[in-house]
Amino acid sequence: MTAAVAAPVHARARSSLARRPLALALVGLAALALALVAGVAAGSVAIPPGETIAVLAHRLFGLDLGIPWTSAEDTIVWDLRFPRVLTAMTVGAGLAVAGATFQGVLRNPLADPYVLGTASGAALGAAVAVVLHVPALILDFGLLHALAFAGALGAVWLVYRLSRVGGHGQMTSLLLTGYAVGSLLAAGLSMAMFMSGAQLRVIFSYLLGGFEAASWVRFATALPLIAIASGLIAIRARSLNGFLLGEEAASHLGIDVRRERAILMGLASLATAASVAVSGLIGFVGLVAPHVVRLAVGPNARLVVPLAALFGATLMVAADLAARLLGEIPVGVVTAVIGAPFFLALLRRTRAGYEL
Amino acid sequence: MTAAVRIERLTVAYRGRPAISDADLAIEPGQRLALVGPNGAGKSTLLRAIAGLVEPAAGTVELAGSPISHLDRLAIARRLAVVPQLPSLPFSTTVEEVVALGRLPHEHPIRGLRPADRAAVAAAIDRVGVGHLLGRDARELSLGERQLVLLAMAVAQDAPILVLDEPTVHLDLRHQVEVMELLVDLNERDDTTVIAVLHDLGLAAHFFPRVVVIDRGRIAADGPPAEALTGERIRDVFGVDPALVRLAL
Repeated sequence: MTAAVAAPVHARARSSLARRPLALALVGLAALALALVAGVAAGSVAIPPGETIAVLAHRLFGLDLGIPWTSAEDTIVWDLRFPRVLTAMTVGAGLAVAGATFQGVLRNPLADPYVLGTASGAALGAAVAVVLHVPALILDFGLLHALAFAGALGAVWLVYRLSRVGGHGQMTSLLLTGYAVGSLLAAGLSMAMFMSGAQLRVIFSYLLGGFEAASWVRFATALPLIAIASGLIAIRARSLNGFLLGEEAASHLGIDVRRERAILMGLASLATAASVAVSGLIGFVGLVAPHVVRLAVGPNARLVVPLAALFGATLMVAADLAARLLGEIPVGVVTAVIGAPFFLALLRRTRAGYEL
Repeated sequence: MTAAVRIERLTVAYRGRPAISDADLAIEPGQRLALVGPNGAGKSTLLRAIAGLVEPAAGTVELAGSPISHLDRLAIARRLAVVPQLPSLPFSTTVEEVVALGRLPHEHPIRGLRPADRAAVAAAIDRVGVGHLLGRDARELSLGERQLVLLAMAVAQDAPILVLDEPTVHLDLRHQVEVMELLVDLNERDDTTVIAVLHDLGLAAHFFPRVVVIDRGRIAADGPPAEALTGERIRDVFGVDPALVRLAL
């Protein structure tokens, strides 16, 4: 039995374990850079790519590329569009990492960053803020962002606490609790929308998500939360890999399942909450990005997490660009138009190959 | 000599009902032991206690002299590898990616597999003879092939104790014998302590020098197959006519 397989096995095992992630990362970085420049250059006032790069080079590195630009162009590039594309990039990356984490820990390919009630919690928080109508802004943040963030984390906390009451069958219990709590929060959202009167449009645009209100201060607040949560998830890739064969097998492979599950889901929820607080609810990026990456490099979380962040960032910047070029339609509509067909294709695959 | 596994006065209860009662068992390093018994007798519970997955109501479990309650999961995983019962895979995963999971307790926590880990993966693939399955999606394999891949994963884990729960349940006769021969080889050549729950008394008697019979949560017999699996005991514990179970003793 042992003599049957000879030396070539080793070489094949090695090349197959690698699956060229480095080349993919370079392509991803190039695509992200391209999307960022295009995202800054394009819009209702088109600014040539040369001048866009010249403004950014001057502002970021103090370089003079010898291309002149106007002060209006400077304002548009630096104060309006650059924070906007950077926010889109960060939110895209955060949602993709959160999606990869939830899919991995829950072992459910259809899980997305909102699976534990983040979305409904954030939406209700935002809607309540609109109904209360407190127009105060602290550091560019209004009550809407604060309550959306608190609602997102509060919903996850509630779901987690309630699901532990039952005891056994924890994963199923968690998902069903998430569904039940989500439904309840959705009822609250409907009530708030009903009561909001003329403010309905504000709630509605939050539900669809977008980056038109992005600013440097908001970006600077969301970035560390998302970056730290994503980074801490990335260095726990071993735990995420352990969940691949289920919780019991993960225990046998040396993973402290309870602790790691709580940490990973807490971090993913934090990244999600920070994302929804600055940009509203944007669907499908967190679902789609990890899957596309897994198709290319396999399920190893050491590759999936950083590459999904890269792909999610690129996808979100591109979707925001498309949304602007189509006349400032909500970016959630664009990601849904891209994501829903993908989701359906995934469902077909689920019947063929995915095991839930 | 310090026992590889020492169980003393172990009682494990589920919702107040004891699944294992007052069990004593010492397994020396390098032993090959089969746990047999009817369904619900407590075999799997005993394995779960040995792997530190259940909290005993009373008594202790020690791995190589250390109380298992003092070991974290990583320390347990380096001492004891468990072949899991066929789990489902949520994502497309190649055979070598599954086998590489066996290196989780050893790999670099951040960077992952080191050259030594890759060598261990390749060696385990060779040893279990699943080289012809490389590159295939583990979810598309037959149940028997998947069982072998999981065995290769546990071999890659490179622990001194190997624990298996019904390792032959999905295998045809030829593969059953192959798995048994592999366990004998791992045990005799590498001195791996092998603890396997088996339903097939014939396989247990033929391939295992020590058989422990579990009946209603208690150890009913412990010894060489000829002593542990007497006709009388087979009738008592399994409730079948021993003539139906022909053991090549």
